[in-house]
Formats: sequence, C-alpha cells, structure tokens
Amino acid sequence: MSLLGTHFNYVAVVVLMMIGLFIVFSSRNLIKRMIGLAIFQTSTGLFYISLGKVAGGTAAIRLDGTSPEARALAATLDPAYVAQHGVEGVVYSNPLPHVLILTAIVVGVATLAVGLAIAVRIREAYGTIEADEINAVARVDAAGAEAAP
Amino acid sequence: MTVFENLYVAAPALTAQAPILVVLAPLVGACAAALAPGARTGWVISVVTTLFAVWMAMAVAGEVARHGVVQYVIGGFAPPLGIAFRIDALGAGMGLLVSTMGFLGALYSGHALVSEIDTQKHTLFQAGYLLCVAGFLGLVFTGDAFNAFVFLEVSSIGTYALVAAGEARDRRALPAAFTYLIFGTVGATFYVIGVGFLYGATGTLNMADMAARLGTLGDSSAVQAGFAFIVVGLGLKAAMFPLHGWLPGTYSTAPSLVSVFLAAVATKAAIYLMARFAFDVFPQTTTFGGLFIKDVLAPLAAAGAIICSLQAIFETEIRRMLAFSSIAQVGFILLGFSLASAAGMSAALFYMFAHALMKTALFMALGALAISLRARRLDDLAGVAREAPWSVAAFGVGAASLAGVPLTMGFLAKWRLIDAALGAGAIWIVATLAIGSLLTLVYVGRMLEAMFFRAPPAGAARAKEAPVGVLAPLWIAAGLSIWFGIDASLPEAIADAGAAALFGAAR
Repeated sequence: MSLLGTHFNYVAVVVLMMIGLFIVFSSRNLIKRMIGLAIFQTSTGLFYISLGKVAGGTAAIRLDGTSPEARALAATLDPAYVAQHGVEGVVYSNPLPHVLILTAIVVGVATLAVGLAIAVRIREAYGTIEADEINAVARVDAAGAEAAP
Repeated sequence: MTVFENLYVAAPALTAQAPILVVLAPLVGACAAALAPGARTGWVISVVTTLFAVWMAMAVAGEVARHGVVQYVIGGFAPPLGIAFRIDALGAGMGLLVSTMGFLGALYSGHALVSEIDTQKHTLFQAGYLLCVAGFLGLVFTGDAFNAFVFLEVSSIGTYALVAAGEARDRRALPAAFTYLIFGTVGATFYVIGVGFLYGATGTLNMADMAARLGTLGDSSAVQAGFAFIVVGLGLKAAMFPLHGWLPGTYSTAPSLVSVFLAAVATKAAIYLMARFAFDVFPQTTTFGGLFIKDVLAPLAAAGAIICSLQAIFETEIRRMLAFSSIAQVGFILLGFSLASAAGMSAALFYMFAHALMKTALFMALGALAISLRARRLDDLAGVAREAPWSVAAFGVGAASLAGVPLTMGFLAKWRLIDAALGAGAIWIVATLAIGSLLTLVYVGRMLEAMFFRAPPAGAARAKEAPVGVLAPLWIAAGLSIWFGIDASLPEAIADAGAAALFGAAR
C-alpha cells in the first residue's frame, strides 16, 4: 500500500501499460487494437513526465523574481525554502522529458494515422475490420493460390 | 577500417558536413519525390539522392578511418546536452551497407514497381522508400538514444505504408502491414520505456555519456529493467525468435522492392542498435547484461535458427520460405552476437553483410520473375530456369550463398561464425550452426530443384526475362556475393573494424 501512496503515478503507468497491451493482444477488432496501442503509448508519456517531476518544482517556464506570478508561486512553496533561496531560487521541474514526450506524441499520432488508414483500406478490401473474419477470407485467398495454377 | 584511410572522395568542406548530408539527402529527396510530376521523375530523384548518400557515406567512412570517431554536432549545441551524430567504425560500416542497399533498391524500383503498383502512386511510393532509407541511415549514425527512437519510427512509418502498398497484387498485404504496425509500435514503445529508465538512472540521453555514467553507477534494478525493455523492444524490430510473428506475412505480401530492402536492412539496423546498447552503452562488467545475452538471447537465437529453418522447409509459398529463412538467419547473426567477443561480433557483422547481399539477390530475382509470371507457390515456378535464365541464375547464386556453398560469401560467413564459436569454446553453437546449415540446404535444394530441374507445367503462364533495368541491380547483388566469396578483404576489414570499435581489439 505504501507504494500506492508514494509512487501513485508509477502505479498508474504500469496499470495503463497493461490495459493497453491487453487490449492490443486480446481484441479482435482492428480499431479497438489501435485504441489499445494509443493507451499503451500514452502510459509512456505519463512515465516520462513522472521522471521529470522535481519535488516542489514548478513548470519549467522561467519566472521574473519581481513579477506577481513569482510571488504567488512563492506563497505556495515551503516558507523556509523561500527564505533561504528567495523567489529567484525557485525549483523547476526537468523540462527535457516533456520535450521528449512531445516528440513521442507526434510519432504516436503519425503511427496511429497510418494504422487507421490501413484499417480503412482493410475495410474496403475485406468488408470487415474483425480479425477473425479477415483471417477466414485470407485463408480462402491462400487456398485459392494453392488451387489456381 | 584501414582500407578507407586513403579514401578522399569529396572536398574537405563537403566531407565535414557529410554525416548530416547522408541523412538529409534521402529525407529531402522524399519530399521532392512526393511532389514529383511523374513516376519517372520520382525514380530519378530516388536514384540520385540514394547515390549521393552512398557517396557521402564513403566520405564518412574515410574520415572515420583516419580519425577513429567522427562527431557531428547538430545545431551548434554541444553534446551531451545537444544531439550529435557519433560515428565509429561500426556506424560507418552500417552506413555503407544501408546506403548501398538503398541505392540498389532505388535502381531496381524503376522497372520492378510497374507490375506491382499503380503508376500514379509511384511518386508517393518513392517518397515512402526514401523516408525509410533516411530513417535507417540516421539510426546507424546517431549518438543519442532518444534520437535513435525517432529515426527508428521515421523508417518504420515509411515501411508500414510501403508494405500496405502490396495490396494491389495481394490483398493480404493489408492485414500484414497492420500486424507489422502493431508489433513495430509495441517494440518501439518498449524501447522508449527502456530509454526512460536509463535516463532516470543516468540523467543523460547521449550514448557515450550514458556509457560513462553507467560505468560508475553499477547495476541497479532500474538499469536492468531498462536493458530488458530495450532488448525486447529491439528484438521485436529485429524479428528475434519468438518475436518474429510479423515477419513472414510482411515479407511475403509486400511489393518485392520492400521485401528486398526490409530483408537487407531493417532487421540489421535493429540488431546494430541492440549491439550498440549491449556492448557499448552498457558496461561490459555488468553481470546482468552478460547473463541476459548468454542465457536468454543465445538459446532463443539457436531455437529460432532451427525452428524457422524447419518451417521454411515445409512452406509452399516461395516468398514465405525466404521469410522464414530470414528469421533463421537472424538467429545465426544473433548467435555470433551472443558470443560477446570481438571475433563473434566481427563474424556477426560479416554474416549481416553476406545475408543482406544474398537476400537482396533472392528477393530481387523473385520480383524479376513476378513481372511476367504471377507465382506464389514454389510449384508455380517449376522450370522457370529455361524461360528466364538470367534472373533464375542470379537466384541460384543467392541461394548458393544462403546454403553456404564454397566460393560464395555465405560460405565465408558461416566459416567465420564457426571459427568464432570454436574460439570461444561454445561447441553447442557450432552444433546449432551445423544443423541449421543442413536444414538450409534442404529448403534451398527444394527451391533449386523446382526452378532448374523440373519441367514447366503444360499450358501455364510463361515467364519472360526481366528488362535490363531489373537485371542490373540483381546481378550487382549476386555478383558481389561471389566476388566477396573469393576476395573478402573489404567486408572483412569493415566487420573487424566495427567489432574492434565495440570491443577495443580485432581478432
């Protein structure tokens, strides 16, 4: 239980990952499989963002120490910390994983687009997006290849 | 890489930019090809940009031979913060392989596509092909773990579309492409998760920096999890047994050019990245990595080499036979890899080059026959040697190399692998290689028997000889398989230098 308290986001990552993978491999419907794939990819996003979080850190946007936003932020931080470092010493979360995962999201969207496009073409060629029915037709195709010279 | 020490192919100013130009040329070519007005223009763009990539890859190889490691900093942000290409002898060798195969494929596509894909779609097909080439070239040159993922996916997305383009001839290409997309994306995502673990443990994405930090960090469960995720993810991309489910359908239904390029390059690039992580990024001292390679990877590779050779024997569709054969050959390559020694890695690299050339010849020959003859099963090809002697003879050369007949590159590849295994005292690997080679002989024998010695069925569609535009790249691949079987000094030097870059000492 303590793991759930301290590492809740990582537990969520693993749960999402397993849900995604399970859908990908158990579902017979091509669209549902793409949905599973999207969930699976999303879990890595949460994983990276969790990695980049620094305790007490704020969004990695540089603040001007005198601005009202900086003062408002300082009010939410540990007073002892602010007394020591001032508002200028504000802690930022690591921005790099955010950037990485933005890239990964773009890649994921592109993959999803190609996958859905192929699903559309499968629907046109086979008249169905159920893997079992496609396999049945494909077996007939293969048998046809066997029979025809 | 001493053979390339005196290779000055481009002006110094151009050579300095060569690492990025290798990747940029096909990438820009992809955009240009997508906008090209006609199929012929698209083909010319494809040939010119891949030829330029070969030229630049040679310039890079020369620089690597002279300086050891070439680092190209992108955008002026110095590593480890910025992304850099870091090319050692291994990367340069792989770059030469990928660009040369890309060029041969582009040359071949001029005539071979006509019978397989709508003329209107040729330009888009060339765009996808160039994207794929650019992705693999970037993958072998990059020194950044996350950048490698992006290049991996650039090439994969191109490949999914290319495989699906096979539907014009065989609609089973569509479900095959879909399965490939699912497997490939799961594999790439596993890789990203693994890189995430390593980033969490080391705080860097630069591979050289990561290696240095992992050396002082030692083993931790995060590092071990990262390693496992990366190996499994790349294993999916490399069609490592038992993660090969996507491969037979993909190779057998894709347009022949795509099968050629996938068989020659795609699985090899994934194996390259796996080697990069296993032997370069991860310190050689970690017991976990060593155990993983010796106790998990090696038995799986051996099982794949035997089981998939057996499956190839019992297949009736010829391209599926070659696909299963490819998985078995990946098993052989991984066996050399799993010796975790300079000799083993050198043998694995040499095997990669040999396999790339022989499978190129085999799939190109089938593509050449497919122009005039719609054949799926081996029996449909009975007696084609009499009708299309040049194509079938090249197929025969590739098949001989696959079986390991002396005076072909495949023979030397097997020889070096057995030599390395004996040197490491791994008798069971030698035994696996021997059994696998015998099984290979059985299915190669079946193919050659049908094509050369059986009488063609009466009244069947007659095969015609392919045009010169198809035969030329086919015979370049077949000819190189023989040439390097007689004088293997060039691929040997590249393989030895590549292995030395990972292990510090040549055989």
